[in-house]
Amino acid sequence: MKLFLTLFLAATCFVCTAQVNTITPGQKAPDFKLENIDNKEVSMKNFTDAKGYIIVFTCNTCPYAKRYEQRIMELNDKYASAGFPVIAINPNDPEVSSGDSFDKMKDLAKSKHYKFPYLFDDGQVATNAYGARNTPHVFVVAKTNGGNIVQYTGAIDNDPEDSNPNKIKYVEEVINSLNKNEKPSYTVTKAIGCTVKRKS
Amino acid sequence: MCRLLNQFFTVTCFACFIFSATAQKVSLLKIDELENRINTGKDTTYIINFWATWCTPCMEELPNFEKLNNEYKKEKLKILLVSVDFKSQLTSSLIPFVNRKKLKNEVFFLDEEDQQEYINRIDSTWSGAIPASLFIRNNKRKFIEGQLSYSALLHEYQTL
Repeated sequence: MKLFLTLFLAATCFVCTAQVNTITPGQKAPDFKLENIDNKEVSMKNFTDAKGYIIVFTCNTCPYAKRYEQRIMELNDKYASAGFPVIAINPNDPEVSSGDSFDKMKDLAKSKHYKFPYLFDDGQVATNAYGARNTPHVFVVAKTNGGNIVQYTGAIDNDPEDSNPNKIKYVEEVINSLNKNEKPSYTVTKAIGCTVKRKS
Repeated sequence: MCRLLNQFFTVTCFACFIFSATAQKVSLLKIDELENRINTGKDTTYIINFWATWCTPCMEELPNFEKLNNEYKKEKLKILLVSVDFKSQLTSSLIPFVNRKKLKNEVFFLDEEDQQEYINRIDSTWSGAIPASLFIRNNKRKFIEGQLSYSALLHEYQTL
């Protein structure tokens, strides 16, 4: 009977999704040291002139990441010179998602002429430190006297299909506020996209 | 000539009949309409599965919803498969997929623009990732984000 009960409980223990705790605005943004597609290591501290960072967890394969790719490139074009460069990190484990291997990342970045780092997160260290859930998942970070502080987490805008001319461009609004030393009007939105492919 | 025409009509009608019998309809759905349907459902259990054709875990769990519907069709159970595919792929991906798979559950396309808004209306704990499923009967409500095995799905249905 006991064995039966144990088996029954084991069979009904099902939704085994990993608990992901996403870092919240106001918290320190942990630095990382990850390999870029040019095989050089990149950390936030390398960007000495930056006022902050647009950290985007994104990947090669997710349909949402593909739809946002151009917008991520445009964010870097628009804000890198204003002190907020894009740092893209691929959070997916290549054993679970073979299309997101380091080699495939290099191919994509080369073909699309990425002007920002596209980092391979070996062992999903940065992914777990930030609690990135989906691709794309954005973290806007500001350099302050108290260190690198997360200002915003979530989506790039509220229009994945890029069809609504009146879309709210969350990341742009946040950076515009930060550049004016104002408090951003958005701090957390839902990062809609594909679930990060975690090592099982 | 008349007979030929007659035969032609018979064949066409037969073809129409076959087509309508196999082609599943995908209706556009607003959140208001979904809430309305649930609120007027009385003691029916609704299981609402949010999915998309590009989502691999969704594809893996979809047969479980079909199986549950098939095995419990005598009970007051309604399974609504609500797709959150890209609207631009409605006719190129979603409708062909639904027809190919001959899904028996009702299939909808969630026709809402602002995902930030509809996600919170469905459940404030939802991160927006799919698959996700909502179980509702009267005032009982449970939301689960993630893929469900058949035993998990059955368990949630029976213990709601």
